[in-house]
Amino acid sequence: MFSWDLLIGALVFGLLLGCFYAAVSIGLSLSFGLLDVPHIAHPSFLVMGAYATWWLCGFGWDPILAGLFLAPVFFLLGVVMYRLYYAMFEKHGSDTGLRGLAFFFGVAFIIEVCLILAFGVDQRLVEAVYIGKSIDFTDDLRIPMRLLVAFAVALLLTIGLTLYLGKTYMGRAIKAVAQDQVALSLMGADPVMVKQWAFGIATAVTAIAGALLIIVGPVDPQLGRIYIGRTFCVVVLAGLGSMSGTLVAGLILGVAETIVLTFFGASWAPAVAFGLLLVMLGVRPQGIFGR
Amino acid sequence: MKDISTKHVTRRKFVAAASAVTAAAAMPSTIWAQGAPIKIGLSIAQTGGLGAGGKAALLGLQMWRDDVNAKGGIIGRKVELIVYDDQSNPATTPGIYTKLLDVDKVDLLIAPYGTNPTAPIMPLVKQRGLLLMGNFSFEVNERIQHDMWFNNAPWNDSVTWFTGFIELGMKRGAKTIAFLAADAEFSQSLASGAKNLAKHNGLTTVYDQKYPPNTTEFSSMVRSIKAAKPDVVFVASYPSESVALVRAANEIGLGSSVKLFGGGMVGLQFGPIMESLGSQLNGIVNYTSYAPEKTVDFPGLKDFLARYAVKAKAEKVDPLGFYLPPFNYAIGQMLEAAITATKGLDHKALAKYMRDTEHKTIVGPIKYQRNGEWANARVLMVQFNGVKDKDIEQFRLPGKQVIVAPAQYKSGEFKFPYEKARN
Repeated sequence: MFSWDLLIGALVFGLLLGCFYAAVSIGLSLSFGLLDVPHIAHPSFLVMGAYATWWLCGFGWDPILAGLFLAPVFFLLGVVMYRLYYAMFEKHGSDTGLRGLAFFFGVAFIIEVCLILAFGVDQRLVEAVYIGKSIDFTDDLRIPMRLLVAFAVALLLTIGLTLYLGKTYMGRAIKAVAQDQVALSLMGADPVMVKQWAFGIATAVTAIAGALLIIVGPVDPQLGRIYIGRTFCVVVLAGLGSMSGTLVAGLILGVAETIVLTFFGASWAPAVAFGLLLVMLGVRPQGIFGR
Repeated sequence: MKDISTKHVTRRKFVAAASAVTAAAAMPSTIWAQGAPIKIGLSIAQTGGLGAGGKAALLGLQMWRDDVNAKGGIIGRKVELIVYDDQSNPATTPGIYTKLLDVDKVDLLIAPYGTNPTAPIMPLVKQRGLLLMGNFSFEVNERIQHDMWFNNAPWNDSVTWFTGFIELGMKRGAKTIAFLAADAEFSQSLASGAKNLAKHNGLTTVYDQKYPPNTTEFSSMVRSIKAAKPDVVFVASYPSESVALVRAANEIGLGSSVKLFGGGMVGLQFGPIMESLGSQLNGIVNYTSYAPEKTVDFPGLKDFLARYAVKAKAEKVDPLGFYLPPFNYAIGQMLEAAITATKGLDHKALAKYMRDTEHKTIVGPIKYQRNGEWANARVLMVQFNGVKDKDIEQFRLPGKQVIVAPAQYKSGEFKFPYEKARN
């Protein structure tokens, strides 16, 4: 059943959803895309961020405020995590990818189990003035405020990270370490320190994205599994390490999914991400913004 | 062979034997349960999508075990539960049940919680001719026709499930219906039966979609339903999807045409979800197994729920426990009665007892029909009414989940249309 109203609605919802996808993927774009760390535990960190947000909301905090408050804590966690990864795998060179993958897979499981032990298996939601309400443009077009909030925060995150990586000394160092680690060390910079800092930022971002996760929908300890495929798909579609590309890839995925869901049936929606990925790998393997 | 009748009994031996008998008679009954324990095996979701329900259900079963062991066990034997987490994953259950039977050597089996994890073990139990107590699954015995299957859920088929719901709409002049169901065994079976009944009653389907399990965002689907302008919206969903759907319906709206919304949403029976959604639940009509209304007050149920509430707090599970725990306790009660009556663990004898008897349980009398489902189904359709935000205790009181169908358990009037009822 086609109607222009439905199409406009699908485009609007797709853009909002796409921004949310970008927000939950942007940390991975930094850790996996730029640093080449096989961070398969990224979605579990998102869920951990969501639970930490839920916990703080219990004291009357706003979820976004809670996410911002948690970011420095997660930054430190990321630094520790990278030091562990470096000491155990990267330092020893060979086979880092596969062993690192196993390491982060284990970390993901540990996070899941810890969340179950600490919070139980019940689904958790948060309340805020913008959750459960909508802005009515017309009777047929009502936009949930929680998606608008996710949209705004995702946009700010992307702009902030793009500016940070492009305009600051440390940001440029992170880009440099992604390009040539040896050259960076010849310039007198310590690549391990730079990567540790960058991984800290990537993890800090998951705290804010985790807050968005629980704003958009209910969370349970195993929710991360659902986001593994989607987040990696967005990062690869974008072109590894491109922040603005992550936003564009998220938007493409969100719009494509929503249009397929509205006009062709919800069953096809999950195939969209991997269908797009396959096409992209065939046509432009380096991704939309990759070089 | 020694002739014991001619055996000489000394006075010392007689005194010793008499003392032993006297001492034994004075012992508390618990000491008698010293035979090998009766091992009852099951898998139940403690993680994954069904984990919240599964953990609460398991607590109900453990309460029965503790109660029966405190009384001295059954036929002089303690009860031991051997439990594995199936992670809500149907792929794990055939392996778990094979292990329960061949490695753990359990005496009796209880099915996993839910339809999807139960369906894969049905061929195994039928092949081995075993008694299987069902645990809130739906129509899993429809094709297998195992004559030793007994489900604790208060329904039998999709007709009995859906009739109460559809009649509410029909009586208010509904002509069109929309279906939205998760692409999984339970929800598809339910939706399929509902579609047949809707067609039989002359309702025109204006929207029919299935979505992949674990879908997190429903705004677009709700918009599409709204555009189709149905009178009735029937949903068969799992907990996380139910929550997302209720939210989307509140934000986007379903339109003024909708008289009735809900039906088969799993999760809206769980305390933490009910508390989280709060006032967003108002107006929804959904199935459940129990609501604290006077029309479904069975002997022993309130006492069980009071005891459960204390334990649930410590175990961090559903504090209300209306939906699954009492029915899991009832599984234990039925097994206890069957073992006591047949004085053994012969599966055929137990199955015959199950089939022929009307069981007295805390969830009311249960009588089985031939396919092992309830002969007198009792799927309660409740309408959420006057629910406030952030207050789980309100659900313990009557009036928040008003039973609107079936007629014999009705505790209040159905309010419609949905847009009006939710305010």
